Amino acid sequence: MEVNRLLLMDSSPLGRDGDSTKKIMYTVILTLLPALTVSVWMFGWNAVRVLALTSIFTVAVEALIARFVSYRIDFMDGSALLTGILLAMNVPANAPWWMLLVGALVAVVIGKQVFGGLGQNMFNPALVARVFLLISFPVEMTSWPLPGAVDGTTGATPLGLLKTEGLGALAGTHLTDLALGQVGGSLGEVSALALLLGALVLFYKKYITWEIPVTFIGTVFVIAAVFNGINPQTYAGPLFHIFTGGVFLGALYMATDMVTSPLTFKGKLLFGFGCGFFTMLIRLFGSFPEGVSFAILLMNAVVPLLDKYFPDKRFGMVKNG
Amino acid sequence: MAEMALLIVGAIFVNNVVFTKFLGICPYMGVSKKLDTAAGMSMAVAFVLTLAGAITYIVQHYVLVPVHIEYMQTIVFILVIASLVQLVEIVMKKTAPALYKALGIYLPLITTNCAILGIAILSVQNDFDFLQTVVFSFASALGFGLALVLFAGIREALDLRQVPKAFAGAPIAMIIAGILAMAFMGFAGMVK
Repeated sequence: MEVNRLLLMDSSPLGRDGDSTKKIMYTVILTLLPALTVSVWMFGWNAVRVLALTSIFTVAVEALIARFVSYRIDFMDGSALLTGILLAMNVPANAPWWMLLVGALVAVVIGKQVFGGLGQNMFNPALVARVFLLISFPVEMTSWPLPGAVDGTTGATPLGLLKTEGLGALAGTHLTDLALGQVGGSLGEVSALALLLGALVLFYKKYITWEIPVTFIGTVFVIAAVFNGINPQTYAGPLFHIFTGGVFLGALYMATDMVTSPLTFKGKLLFGFGCGFFTMLIRLFGSFPEGVSFAILLMNAVVPLLDKYFPDKRFGMVKNG
Repeated sequence: MAEMALLIVGAIFVNNVVFTKFLGICPYMGVSKKLDTAAGMSMAVAFVLTLAGAITYIVQHYVLVPVHIEYMQTIVFILVIASLVQLVEIVMKKTAPALYKALGIYLPLITTNCAILGIAILSVQNDFDFLQTVVFSFASALGFGLALVLFAGIREALDLRQVPKAFAGAPIAMIIAGILAMAFMGFAGMVK
């Protein structure tokens, strides 16, 4: 019986399209181009440097592992490159090279290959690396270069300011700046709209579905609106919360990772809700200004339980059958 | 009331027994292969931990302190906890034989679960009153249960993945525990 349960699949008709893993990976990378363009435009050559280094490091680490294992690893299948790019989007543009190397090692080795490589990991590799870097090198990970500023000028992110200085410090920040990306932050935190633009292609290709991003961003919006409604002097508004930090990057590109998100409809709704809930819990009450990466990692851990206890109703399925 | 809520949230998430205090690691590794045994173990620990919290409070404040033998705390607490576990074992054998069988060796092992002794000693160190001690003990047990059930779910899913031979079993379990501990650091600072 045990084996039977393990091999359970959907019933026919089973459609098959021509998209290979490789094609999906490179498509996702292409859809990140608008956001990457904004990052490079904001942070200049530093952004290019970080992007190039993390991409080279992750692919190189994977290629190195491929040399030493008995099974086959296709290190050019785009998954390592995608991890590298997502990692670049999760660090500040002035991150030193050794930090990026450590990040690439953690992402590829601890995040992915020890689980058996592509499709076997339980946690999003780029986020494992980001959280690892954030708690190991908190100073380097939170001194953000300001977009368009003179070389070497750093400042806090809007969320960081909100945590340390209170809402008053944000008086000069406009919502359009936040949406377009005119704020300090890691490469991928800057422009919510550019990320959404790229993600539209993913929705069209059905690589990602609406459940997780909508519930994730929706939950952040609702919780922020409630607190803002109760006390507008202390708590920032809902639009501020969804456009700052990594909410869009997390909701569209990290939480929707095919391998580490739930398979079922109810599971996805709960997953998105959990991500939004923990994000806001950490933002409002924690000591870290930003909670997206922690929230998604935490929810990655719940995925097996969600898949197990919230199955889709199959055609003809009887309760307790 | 708000103070109690903070105490509960703190014990479950912020200062999770397993992920931030690193107490009770052996049942965490040992009983997390299957979800039902993990759930059973969590309940057994919740029961024992809450009772142990209450009884060690009474022992501390009405026996150890009045006769000035606080230095006997560790030994006395271990004795109290060990006899308590024996009691739970006898009751469980009669009332829930299936659970008793499923827990097997791990039920007597609660005796040596450092989480229980640890929480009892922490309650004394933090100068909790009786109600706080009981609530803190129970919430800590919930945190332990949360960690154990989460981990058991992951390990069950792990059976379907092709983990390399060198990492299969305990090594990958350790790595996952590490990643979970990192994720739980996100709760840092929520409770002072």
